[in-house]
Amino acid sequence: MLKLRRFLKGYTKEVIIGPLCKLFEAILELLVPLVMANIIDVGINEMHSVNYVLRMGGVLVLLAATGLTSALFCQYFASKASQGAGTAIRRALFRHINSLSHAELDRFGTPSLITRMTNDTNQVQQSIAMCIRLLTRAPFIIIGSLIMAVSINAQLAWIFFGAAVLIALTLYFVMNRSVPLYAAVQKKLDKIGLISRENLSGNRVIRAFSKQNTEKERIDAATEDLTRTSARVSMLSALLSPVTYLVTDCAIIAIVWFGAVNVNAGGMKTGDIVALVSYMTQILLAMVVVANLVILMTKSGASAKRINEVFETVPSVREEYYDYMPLHPSEDTPKIEFKNVSFNYSSNGDDELSGISFTVKRGQTVGIIGGTGSGKSTLISLIPRFYDANEGEVLVDGYNVRRYCFRQLRRQFGIVPQQSVLFSGTIRDNMKWRNPEASDGEINRALEIAQAAEFVNKLPRRLDSRVEQGGKNFSGGQRQRLCIARAIVSQPEILILDDSFSALDFATDAALRKALADNAKDTTVLIVTQRCSTIKNADLILVLSDGKLAGQGTHSELFENCEVYRDICLSQLSETEVAK
Amino acid sequence: MRSSAVKKLLPRLKSHTGLLILAMLSAVISISLTLLIPVLVGRAIDNIIAEGQVYFEAVAQIIIYIAAAVIGVTSCQWLMNFLVNLISFRLVRDLRRDVFRKFNTVPLSAIDTNPHGDLISRVINDVDAVGDGLTQLILQLFSGVVTIVGTLGFMLAIDWRIAIAVFLLTPMSLFLAAFIGRLTHRRFTEQQILQGEISSFVEEHVGNQRLVKAFSFEHRAFEGFDKYNDELQTVGFKAQFAGALANPSTRFVNALVYAAVGVFGAITVITGGLSIGGLSCFLTYANQYTKPFNEVTGVLTQLSTGIAAAERIFEVLEWADETPDKSSTPLENCKGSVKIEDVSFSYVPEKPLIKHFSLDVPSGCHVAIVGPTGCGKTTLINLLMRFYEVNEGRILLDGTDIRDLSRDALRRCYGMVLQDSWLFCGTIMENLRYGNENATDDEVIAAAKSAHAHSFIKRMPNGYDTEISEGGGNLSQGQKQLLCIARAMLTNPSVLILDEATSSIDTLTEIRVQKAFAKMMKGRTSFVVAHRLSTIKESDVILVMKDGNIIEQGNHEELLKKGGFYHTLYHSQFENK
Repeated sequence: MLKLRRFLKGYTKEVIIGPLCKLFEAILELLVPLVMANIIDVGINEMHSVNYVLRMGGVLVLLAATGLTSALFCQYFASKASQGAGTAIRRALFRHINSLSHAELDRFGTPSLITRMTNDTNQVQQSIAMCIRLLTRAPFIIIGSLIMAVSINAQLAWIFFGAAVLIALTLYFVMNRSVPLYAAVQKKLDKIGLISRENLSGNRVIRAFSKQNTEKERIDAATEDLTRTSARVSMLSALLSPVTYLVTDCAIIAIVWFGAVNVNAGGMKTGDIVALVSYMTQILLAMVVVANLVILMTKSGASAKRINEVFETVPSVREEYYDYMPLHPSEDTPKIEFKNVSFNYSSNGDDELSGISFTVKRGQTVGIIGGTGSGKSTLISLIPRFYDANEGEVLVDGYNVRRYCFRQLRRQFGIVPQQSVLFSGTIRDNMKWRNPEASDGEINRALEIAQAAEFVNKLPRRLDSRVEQGGKNFSGGQRQRLCIARAIVSQPEILILDDSFSALDFATDAALRKALADNAKDTTVLIVTQRCSTIKNADLILVLSDGKLAGQGTHSELFENCEVYRDICLSQLSETEVAK
Repeated sequence: MRSSAVKKLLPRLKSHTGLLILAMLSAVISISLTLLIPVLVGRAIDNIIAEGQVYFEAVAQIIIYIAAAVIGVTSCQWLMNFLVNLISFRLVRDLRRDVFRKFNTVPLSAIDTNPHGDLISRVINDVDAVGDGLTQLILQLFSGVVTIVGTLGFMLAIDWRIAIAVFLLTPMSLFLAAFIGRLTHRRFTEQQILQGEISSFVEEHVGNQRLVKAFSFEHRAFEGFDKYNDELQTVGFKAQFAGALANPSTRFVNALVYAAVGVFGAITVITGGLSIGGLSCFLTYANQYTKPFNEVTGVLTQLSTGIAAAERIFEVLEWADETPDKSSTPLENCKGSVKIEDVSFSYVPEKPLIKHFSLDVPSGCHVAIVGPTGCGKTTLINLLMRFYEVNEGRILLDGTDIRDLSRDALRRCYGMVLQDSWLFCGTIMENLRYGNENATDDEVIAAAKSAHAHSFIKRMPNGYDTEISEGGGNLSQGQKQLLCIARAMLTNPSVLILDEATSSIDTLTEIRVQKAFAKMMKGRTSFVVAHRLSTIKESDVILVMKDGNIIEQGNHEELLKKGGFYHTLYHSQFENK
């Protein structure tokens, strides 16, 4: 929790004045009984004056109004500081998350990161507001009452300290026991979330297999489990305020008894006992507030921990240079070069890629083919530095990719991912991803090449048509074509197509490849695919098998010499078709 | 609107009447004892008069009473807290189950058209918010009612006129709170909407980090995020501040009432209608009386969040279920002949998709469906499986209208593998057995072998007992598809439906899987949707679909000879430059 205090910077004024306002209100509140006492003692007993009573009534109204004003100020500052800090935390979190590389993002998972940015931040935000509102008042009352108690009778004041220690111990005991249970509750809630998510995403399959009842049983078990654990937590946490009452009431009994002894011996007056009892009651009320605060703080402490976890995660792929470097590639510098590259996702697993070497010249088209899980997608992730190679070097324009700043490296690329995802906004917004200054002419040309112009132009609002989250309002094939268009707006140096034709029928696929070849002569194109017809005419074909290069060359070379490649081709086309 | 959610929630408490009564009883005991203790303490002090004038016996006696009362208060208070929590936990559990059940009983279109994140948030966050709100509501209601009734009784006994004035004036604070509540409701709604927008923005940009990074979009994403975030700060501040107005305002009103009681009480004393002791007692009780009102507004935010959440929950619970099944008898020995008669269908009325479509598929026939994207291939599968109902015409399975069969009976005849391969968290073995719980280990392994999944399963850390993580994260897309195929093979269906089932499998494996499928399809009807024409050449009938209609129909050779759309489609895959 404390680690997050840096986000309150800039709100020093609010953090100091807010609690002071609350303190002022508390002092005013303490004055009310005194004024009331005056009404009785002076107004009724001494002066017997309606006038005085009315005047004192006026004072009461004034006190209430001042109290209201200072409470409003406190709420104002509390709202301002807590919302400000919450906003700052979200802002910093979003920036930090964007700096993380894929390895870390995969580890957290998107849903968990979203929870941390929303629920957890809200929790912290709320606790900041609560602290500003409540944290000064309770200690003020507790300490004040203790001091008053000591001044009345130092001996009996020990009862106060004893009670305070006992209450603190209770708080500690209950917290200590219930915090792990809270964690267990959260876990069980996550499980319910998981089952719900599965039931929504797999709804068709569940219905197809008529498994609704099994799923019902699963959720019944999970919810029952959660209810049991929550009940156990509440058995403990419900102890908190009754035990606090128990301790204070016992203390009051002790005060009455030992006070009686003292009065009998002439050590103090009856009125002192009354005063001590009322201070004890004050302490009790304050302690209950503290107990609630402690519960809130433990909950938000857990949230703060989850937020800090994100902040403390260091990206594994880091930008080592921040400036553009001058590039003077000569004609024969390879555009992309792999030198004996090996890579694995985790240090204990098998190598995902091993000993990969190849060179690609500017403007060449490269096909990458291989079975499921052979490492095709991993290979292309290394070029824009989504991951760093464990061994060997990846070079672009003759320089190791680590030598570039991210922007200079990645702006060269146009990437079409396996899963076609569009972002909410308009089609134009999506088309401007590569180049925010792209003109409509450039965008239309890209749409044309991607075979998307026809359906986009049929839309009533054309480039201004709405795209829903993920691009749900477009069919799979349309989405894929839009993703391709997005990647080729403003001519990228390197175009990466990761299995990007899977949702296209062959006619569109062929037309698209033809348009690409005609329009992007200087672009180096990398095509990952499982269809050998897609890459038959590539300048270079890389054949991957279990993370190793099984062969590289042109179609005819490979068909002659590479057994893996020949098998793939023959599985898709007849002997005559291969030769075509 | 707002109160209707409460109205719908209250009947749900009925099944917990016993616990509620017990909780109420505990509240009555603990609060009356709490009110009694100060009186007892006062009596004890009355017995401590001055030096040498302390009646220890009486004091001891009273202290024993106090101790007994304290024990009563402590245990009843604990019991009340615990019981109220328990009631709300059970209510939460039941709500969760009901919402969840809805997921599997509503028409599939409801699941397809609502964002899943939002539905999950209703099951998790909203239900929790209702639980929290309910706990506070019951606790405040119980202790509030008992305190109000108790103190009111005491006040009436002292001076009925002032008592009635207090009784009538204090609730004014609630009107004020309600007024503020109405003012702030809009801001809270606004805040809620913005929170949702931020969530989806984060979901989009964090979930697709690969794209954000690839396009160096980070800085523009920051700008977009900051826009929402700053707006949330403004709106959030307004909502929080406005919401926080309620409690100080209530306390202000109550402080005024207290002052008024003091002043008029004092005047009554002066004019001789009340004793000083009476006035001081009265003031104490008046103070106690206003407390529940102050506390209710203290938890107002929780209550209104709870109500807003309840609205969202009931919205789901009120979704209409699928039309009930007409019969529940299973279809014995399904032969798998399918007849589609003059079927028309559209997802939205404005956009007709399938128009007057008829097809006769005799038992054992292999049907392939090809065509450009968006032509209605998957829709046809949706209709066959009765995920969606036809608008016009009918579909017959073995001569029976599928609407006259129970959905279970119908779907048991089908084995389905979809493009979107879905697996649940559990072991590979559990996933494979999903469609057929009685399959023996040997049968499972045999199915895995014929789907060419056995070898990679063997290589997993725990073989068939390997846990699959959420969404199948530890498996590649192709491996997931192989598992789905093995799962379908185990169910031994009469009709096979493969919707792009092998799209993510490399062609070498695909050929082997195809062989396994071919063996399995022998004598069974099958519907295969595919892009790769190489995989469907052997089909009995190829349907070429375009814009919801069948434009060509026949086997591979016939269609090629015809020289139509299929011909173009087929040859386009070899066309170069």
